[in-house]
Amino acid sequence: MSEQQLFKVTIDNITIEVPAGTTILNAARQIGGEVAPPAMCYYSKLAGSGGKCRTCLVEVSKGSEKDPRPMPKLVASCRTTVMDGMEVKNITSEKVVDARAGVVEFLLLNHPLDCPICDQAGECHLQDLSYEHGKEGTRYEFQRRTFKKHDIGPYIQLHMTRCILCYRCVFTADQLTSKREHGVLDRGDHAEIATFIEKSLDNEFIGNVIDVCPVGALTDKTFRFKNRVWFLKPVEAHRDCPTCSGKVTLWNRGDEVYRVTARKDQWGEVEEWICNTCRFEKKQTSDWVIEGPRLVDRHSVISQGHYAGSVGMHKPAETFAAVNDGRSPKLMMDIHDVSKVNRNEITLSLINGPAHSTNFNSTKD
Amino acid sequence: MSIKLLLEKAHVEGIRYFDVYRREGGYRSVEKALKEMGPEAIVEEVKKSGLRGRGGAGFPAGMKWSFIAKPEGVPRHLVCNADESEPGTFKDRYLMEFIPHLLIEGLIVSSFALGSNDTYIYIRGEYAWIVDILEQAISEAKNNGFLGNNILGTGFNCNIHVQRGAGAYICGEETALIESLEGKRGNPRIKPPFPAVQGVWMRPTVVNNVETLAAVVPIINMGGEEYAKIGVGRSTGTKLISACGNINKPGVYEIDMTISVEEFIYSDEYCGGIANGKKLKACIPGGSSVPILPANLLLKTAKGETRYMNYESLSDGGFATGSMMGSGGFIVLDEDQCVVRHTLSLARFYRHESCGQCSPCREGTGWMEKILKNIEYGKGKLSDIDLLWDIQRKIEGNTICPLGDAAAWPVAAAIRHFRDEFEWHVLHPEEAQQRNYGLAHYADPIHVPATA
Repeated sequence: MSEQQLFKVTIDNITIEVPAGTTILNAARQIGGEVAPPAMCYYSKLAGSGGKCRTCLVEVSKGSEKDPRPMPKLVASCRTTVMDGMEVKNITSEKVVDARAGVVEFLLLNHPLDCPICDQAGECHLQDLSYEHGKEGTRYEFQRRTFKKHDIGPYIQLHMTRCILCYRCVFTADQLTSKREHGVLDRGDHAEIATFIEKSLDNEFIGNVIDVCPVGALTDKTFRFKNRVWFLKPVEAHRDCPTCSGKVTLWNRGDEVYRVTARKDQWGEVEEWICNTCRFEKKQTSDWVIEGPRLVDRHSVISQGHYAGSVGMHKPAETFAAVNDGRSPKLMMDIHDVSKVNRNEITLSLINGPAHSTNFNSTKD
Repeated sequence: MSIKLLLEKAHVEGIRYFDVYRREGGYRSVEKALKEMGPEAIVEEVKKSGLRGRGGAGFPAGMKWSFIAKPEGVPRHLVCNADESEPGTFKDRYLMEFIPHLLIEGLIVSSFALGSNDTYIYIRGEYAWIVDILEQAISEAKNNGFLGNNILGTGFNCNIHVQRGAGAYICGEETALIESLEGKRGNPRIKPPFPAVQGVWMRPTVVNNVETLAAVVPIINMGGEEYAKIGVGRSTGTKLISACGNINKPGVYEIDMTISVEEFIYSDEYCGGIANGKKLKACIPGGSSVPILPANLLLKTAKGETRYMNYESLSDGGFATGSMMGSGGFIVLDEDQCVVRHTLSLARFYRHESCGQCSPCREGTGWMEKILKNIEYGKGKLSDIDLLWDIQRKIEGNTICPLGDAAAWPVAAAIRHFRDEFEWHVLHPEEAQQRNYGLAHYADPIHVPATA
C-alpha cells in the first residue's frame, strides 16, 4: 500500500498527525482523555452512524492551512473529517461547553431517570454524560413522554421511554442481520423504535442491539432484574462457537454466569459481535473457557469490587484444618434443612424472571 | 404596471394545455438552448442573470449548477423541489396549477444544462390534483417531441418523473427530499457530502425550487444580462410573493423587487391594504420560518430608510432589526392578532414536523410549544420568557438541517420584538383570555439617532 497522506490537526492545543479522511472525533480519541468529545450515537463499527445526538459538537476555529476561515457553526466531530492544519476547540471553547450542556438537557428532557430500576445503570453512557456535562436540575416542568409498550420477543426488552433515538440499533439490525425487522416509526418527539406490527426479533445476531444501545432502552431479558452490574465480576471467556467468534465477557457472581455480553473497548464499543446462542443460551460456567478478569476502568462503578486477582472462579482456601488442629468442624445445625427462605439448590441466574419469595418456598413445588 | 416574466400569460385561456402555451410563444427557450447554445453556455447565462434560489435560502442558482460533479460514466440528476409546505407559501402551487408547461420548459432546459436524462419533480403529497396536471403536461410535451428520446433531433434524451411526497414538511429540505425520493424515511442527511457530489442514489444531483427552474425560461429567452437589469443589486429578476393574512387581496403576485414593502401592502395593484380598515401590527415577510417584524420595523429599517421588497433590504439590520426574503410567503397580521398565539401555532407546527433525528430539535421544539401554550393560556411565568429564549438559542445552529433554525427564529423574533406582549400575557392572565394586546406601540415611528 502506498504511503497515506498525513494531516496535522490541533485539538485543544494538542497537535497530532492523522491519515487523511480521519474524523475529528477519531483524531481526538487518539489523543485520548478529556480531549475526546463524548459520543452517544456514533459507533465506529456501524456505517452511517453519527451526527444525530449532537453531544460531540466542536468548534473549528481554523478550517485548514489553505482556507484558515473558521467554520460558522459548531460541527459534529464524528462526521467531520480533518483537514491539514485544522484547529479544533473542544473543552477549551465556551461555545462548545454551553452547547453540550444544552444537548444533555435536551436528551434528559423526556428521559424517565428510572436508573434505580434500570438494568443499564452502572454502564449507561447517558449517566456518564449527565454526570460530566449535565446540570443538577431540570427546567422542564411538564409530564414526560410515554409510549405504548411493544413486545419484541423473548430475548430483548424494549423501554422506549429511555431511548435517545441514536439509531445505533437500527444500523445494527440493518448491517448485521439478513433481515431488518425493526426501525423508527413516526417522527419528531413521538418517534419511536419498534418492530413493525409486533414482530419479535430473533435473528441470530440481533442480540447485539443490546450492546450498542447507549442507554437502557434495549436490555437483555434473560438478565432482567437479576442483578446490578456493579455486583458482578466481568470475566473474559471464549467458546468454540460455529456462528461467531465466541469471544465474550461473562458477568459472574461466584460460580454463576448472570449475563453474557460482547467485549467492549474503552469507548464502550463492541470489539467483536457475538451471536444469540452465546449471549442468551450459554449460561453455565462449563460452557466457557475462562481467560481471566476483564480490565475495567478504575473510574467505573463496576471496578468497585476490586476483584482483580481473585476472579469469580477462584474459591477461598479452606482454613478449618489449620485453625482446628486437624479436627473436622462439627455441624451444629444445617440452616438449609430448617429455613424456608434459602434453598441452595436454586440457581438464581436460571430462574425465569426476578427472584421472589415463592421461588424459595419449600412447601411449594 | 410592473414587469411580469413568469405570470404574464398565466391567465390566457387554456394556457394549461400545450397548444395554447406553444401558440403564446412557449418552448422557444428549449429550441434556443438545445439548438443554439451548449450546456456550458446555459450555465453561464444563468450565472450572468444573478438568479437566486427561490426556495428560501437565496443561494445563486448558476453557482449551484457549476458545483455539480461530473464523474465519467455516472448519471446526473436534476430534482425539482415542489414540496412547498412552508406555512404562508403557495406560489409554486399557483405556478404549477395555472401554467405547468412553464415549469416543464424550464426543466428541459435545465436538464440539458446539467446533463440530466432522468429528471424528477418531487411534489408535496397534498398537491394531489397538481400531479395530474403535471403528468398531462409532460405527456403533451412528449407527444410534441420536447421530451423523451432525441429531443428536437439533437440527440439529447430526457424524461421527467413526478413523485408524490407523503405529507412531511421536512421532505422539502433537499437531502431529506433525496432520501424520500429514494424510498426511504425522509431524514435529512449529514452534509458533506453535498448533493452536488452524492445526491440521489449517490449520483451528482441538483435540487432546485419550482420558481427557480421556471425563471430559467425567461433568462434563456431574453439573455442573462437583460434579466439581471430587472430588480436591484443582487436581487435580480422577478419574484413571486404569496400574500396572505389580514389583507384585502390575498394571492400570488409577481414583483420586480424594486417596490417598497409599504407599496406592496397598501397599493391596489397588490395586497390592497389591511382588511376591514384595521391597522398593520406585524408581518412575516418570507414564510413562517423567517423572523416576524413589527409594523414600524417592517416599513422602515432601523436606520430610518424605506424597506423594499428584495433580498438585501428585507434582511437589512440582520436578525436584530431585519428579517428575510425567504420563500416569499408574506403573512400580514392586523391589530387584532395575538403574537403569542401566532408564535404558539408556529411552534406547534415545527414540533409536529421535526423529523426527530437530532436531539436539540426533537426535544426542544416540543418544549417550546408547551411553554408557549402555558403563556397563551394564562399559566405562564416571567421566567418562562427567558427560558424560551435560552431554548431557542440552544437549538439554533446545533442541528443537522435548517429545520432547527426555522423553529428557533420565529420564537426568537417574537420575543425580541414583542416581549411586552408576552409579559402582558403573563402578568394579566385573565385579561389575556378575554382580549388581545392590540396594536400598542408597534407601529410607532422608530427614533433614529442623528449621526454626525
